Amino acid sequence: MEIFQIVAFALVAVVLSVILRKDRPEIAIQISIVVGIAIFLLLIFKISAVLSLLREIASKINIDSVYLIPILKIAGIAYITTFGAEVCRDAGEGAIASKVEFAGKILIMVLAVPVLMAVLETMLTIMP
Amino acid sequence: MGFDVNMIFKIAAIGILVSVLNQVLIRSGREEQAMMTTLAGIVVVLFMVITMISRLFNTVKTMFQLY
Repeated sequence: MEIFQIVAFALVAVVLSVILRKDRPEIAIQISIVVGIAIFLLLIFKISAVLSLLREIASKINIDSVYLIPILKIAGIAYITTFGAEVCRDAGEGAIASKVEFAGKILIMVLAVPVLMAVLETMLTIMP
Repeated sequence: MGFDVNMIFKIAAIGILVSVLNQVLIRSGREEQAMMTTLAGIVVVLFMVITMISRLFNTVKTMFQLY
């Protein structure tokens, strides 16, 4: 099972990062960034399998992809935003982390507006 | 899969090497060279990390259709 590999890999990386944290904190942060990236790259196939399953279900109950694509985009933006914000917070820069999260929220809101408009239109047409 | 694990150990090795070199150079009185080796180590590690970050961003871009 991959989870054992991932946890072992993360624990080794934590030990290495703690060793370096005293003398070279900047390299310790870069180790944590690389661990995050490595674990994500390990899970690509699982994530793409889940996403293709989602698309398949959406096409089965004939939701056209106009609504599915923003959802995928929002998920991607959310993931990258939390990745960046957590790295910033881990490095002790809480202010930068909250700025990154703020930007992520704005971008997600921008993506969500068309879907909201569609919902409002359908509601208005339904109501007399 | 193995490539990323090696990357971690490479970065950790560079970090430990730079901090040891730093101490040796400081003890022998060459502070500015110590600073130089520190910067060199950081630049090398930064290059490796940036290639990994660009790989991550390209993967996420293609997977979530975030063009």
